[in-house]
Amino acid sequence: MDFITPPYLTQDISIRRIMWRVLAALLPGIAVCLWLLGPVILAQLAIATLTALAAEGLMLRLRGRPLAPFLGDGSAVVTAWLITLAFPPLAPWWLTVVGVAFAIVVAKHLYGGLGQNPFNPAMIAFAVCIVSFPALMSQWPALDAGAGFGERLALILGQAPRLDALTGATPLDALKTALRLGEGQVGVAAATADRAVFGHIAGRGWEWVAAGHLVGGLWLMWRGTIGWRVPIAFLGGMTMVSGALWLWQPDGFANPLFHLFSGGTMLGAFFIATDPVTGCTTPRGQLIFGFSAGALACLIRIFGGYPDGVAFAVLLLNLCVPIIDLYTQPPIFGMKK
Amino acid sequence: MSALFQFNGGVKPATHKARSAQTPIDTAPLPTLLVVPLHQSIGSQPRPLVRAGEHVKKGQRIGAADKWLSSAVHAPTSGKVLAVEERVAAHPSGLSALSIVIAPDGKDEWIELEPFDPATLPPERVREILRDAGVVGLGGAVFPSHVKTEAAKTRALEALVINGAECEPFMTCDDRLMRERAEGIARGVAIFRDLLRPRRVLVGIEDNKPEAIAAMLSAVEAIGEDFTVVPVPTRYPAGGAKQLIRVLTGKEIPADRRSPEMGAQCFNVATAYTAWRAVAFGEPVISRIVTLTGNVERAGNWEIRLGTPLREILPLMRPKADTNRYIMGGPMMGFELPSLEAPIVKASNCIIAGSPSLFPPPAPEMPCIRCGACARACPHELQPFELYWFARARNFGKTQEYKLFDCIECGGCSYVCPARIPLVQYFRFAKSEIWSRERDKASADAAKARFERRQAREARERAEKAERLAKASERKAAPASTAPNDAAPDETEAARKAAIAAAIERARVQREGVQAGNTGDPDATRREEVAGAGIGQCRAVDAPDAGQDSRREGQ
Ligand code: SF4
Ligand code: SF4
Repeated sequence: MDFITPPYLTQDISIRRIMWRVLAALLPGIAVCLWLLGPVILAQLAIATLTALAAEGLMLRLRGRPLAPFLGDGSAVVTAWLITLAFPPLAPWWLTVVGVAFAIVVAKHLYGGLGQNPFNPAMIAFAVCIVSFPALMSQWPALDAGAGFGERLALILGQAPRLDALTGATPLDALKTALRLGEGQVGVAAATADRAVFGHIAGRGWEWVAAGHLVGGLWLMWRGTIGWRVPIAFLGGMTMVSGALWLWQPDGFANPLFHLFSGGTMLGAFFIATDPVTGCTTPRGQLIFGFSAGALACLIRIFGGYPDGVAFAVLLLNLCVPIIDLYTQPPIFGMKK
Repeated sequence: MSALFQFNGGVKPATHKARSAQTPIDTAPLPTLLVVPLHQSIGSQPRPLVRAGEHVKKGQRIGAADKWLSSAVHAPTSGKVLAVEERVAAHPSGLSALSIVIAPDGKDEWIELEPFDPATLPPERVREILRDAGVVGLGGAVFPSHVKTEAAKTRALEALVINGAECEPFMTCDDRLMRERAEGIARGVAIFRDLLRPRRVLVGIEDNKPEAIAAMLSAVEAIGEDFTVVPVPTRYPAGGAKQLIRVLTGKEIPADRRSPEMGAQCFNVATAYTAWRAVAFGEPVISRIVTLTGNVERAGNWEIRLGTPLREILPLMRPKADTNRYIMGGPMMGFELPSLEAPIVKASNCIIAGSPSLFPPPAPEMPCIRCGACARACPHELQPFELYWFARARNFGKTQEYKLFDCIECGGCSYVCPARIPLVQYFRFAKSEIWSRERDKASADAAKARFERRQAREARERAEKAERLAKASERKAAPASTAPNDAAPDETEAARKAAIAAAIERARVQREGVQAGNTGDPDATRREEVAGAGIGQCRAVDAPDAGQDSRREGQ
């Protein structure tokens, strides 16, 4: 007779189920990408997923861990999908492979595997790649290039030259460049007047991807898979910093809505900063973590040299987690004042 | 109705209560053998009052409370004591416990019962009756009730909380008891109320038991008391004493405080019922209501005599063929009984027959992903994953910093953990490690103190001897001295005489020991000898003494 210990009843929940829910919540954003770019995004996801599973399997084998429970837990696939969605959609296949492999092998398994990594693997991958391949990591597909699936696939597979016509900067990057080139002569209103690039609020097309992630994230929150504190505080931090700058100089800085719906804000708030392993665990700590990450991401993307600041902000905050948790331990039952 | 408070955390497992709650309490037949463990409550083990071969009557005290924190046990029926010996206990360890084995004679003949009117008795007498009737907390904690009815000296009791929450899944013994014997419960509550004199009495019942609530309400009204019956939200562990006190009064009792100090005290409904039977009828606690449920053909509640082995109650519940374990207590905090011979005891509120489909073996344990679900579920607002981390690393100091001992082992954290980590097991392990280390340390400290005392004594004795030696040699030198009326020689003289006298005495005693015939022989020459031998003799006599002494200390 097998030995089991109390409690004999357990909730019907598992890590695998949590990960599957996260994957499901990414579907709205993926659907928008599909609509914008066509099936090429699926190819990209497939490349990332296969790489992640291969790297995970290899590392489990090397570390002498059982394959089945860990390969099946879905955490590697979540990392792969997050990397795909954070990277330029038309990034060459090897860049995706390098990013995913680095995330799984170094950022996850060299730190001890599931649950042990102090840094968000997807963001490590993003940071490493943007530092090593800044140009490739800044090329976002131009939406009206009229390119078909074949052309885009060829681009990913490295069989077509990376033409400027097919790829461009992100709206965030475009605005920054425009403001810099304008040297104070060009205001935000003028710089973002081009609807073809900037859409209604934060970039044509891409604002809808962000909206997709928002929908998925709210669903996760409603299901209780993620708490409300981190995402709300993250968006709050982003809004506060961008809002303050915008109020101070409406012509020099984009409005908060632009920041909320551009770049990796939504993905970061709902899917990256909420990673339990690398985030804070105490309620107050989660507010501090989310707010600081959002605020810092905004500062880095406005004043820093890289197109977006979410990855660096999250990684910096990952570093602060132990200390934040230590100082925000909640009072226990019977010890409250 | 008073306003309710919330406790944080908690979980909502499926209740599985409906099956066993349908039928009235039935009385279990007299078993063929009773194995009554002496130690059925918190506190010291009662002293056995009977020997093998003796005949006992139903209700006869067979174990007497040994100290104030102890509680009596009684013969559940009349019959012959077969043995007073170690038998397997209702404990997960499978260890045995000193038990009184009784073969019933089938007559079920009561002792003469001594009923009282509770209102006429002085409080001290009531407490004695409770102790001698073996009234203990029947919610599962089995804390002697007479001890809990001593009011705190420092403050008046604000609220007497009566626990009818019964939050554990599967369990319906309190539910049925409240439905069927509400008046007895209410009268028992009145006994506790008279002893504790609280400002108000609150009876908390989970709102999934409307019939019990209705029964209690009408019983309270019928006996004309002003107890408040309060439905509380159904959420495990609302029936934890501290949680219920929190929900009903808003008070939070920390781990290191006793609840009366905070103005609240809590008793289970079944305890109140037995208190009333004990005082008003003179009936000691010889049986209890047990829910039999789980993977069985017939689920329900039975009044079962304490000491009835599990094997004998199987025909009542009729476990299905695939039953592979029996759990005593609820599925959250209960444990697996080690054998079919384990007896029903005062703590046995429920027996659940388990099967692989009812309680499937757990999924493999995964690493903690710090999701915090456990912390959200913890009614004591601990950080179970931190505790787990430190317990696993055997960093027990840190576990205490993170308030390990505030954990009530409710199992809420394990229940929700997506990584299927048996968190409670880790906490129990850490607690027992800390206890055993403290025990080791305590005994090491005691040994060290003993050793130091001995060392100090030996040093003192050596110093004294050296002093005597010095003084004696001084004495020898004294005659040459030209200062006869100096005080010092006088003193040395006295010391020398005393030392010699002592030496003589010891030598005499010793000799007496060796040669018994020598007593009373005031041998002057021998005395001279001893005196002449002086210091040398002294030492010879002294040394073995000291040696014996230290050996005695060491034992
Ligand atoms: S519920 Fe389990 S996985 Fe989640 S933090 Fe607690 S111990 Fe870790
Ligand atoms: S078992 Fe302990 S740590 Fe776990 S939920 Fe209950 S009180 Fe909290």
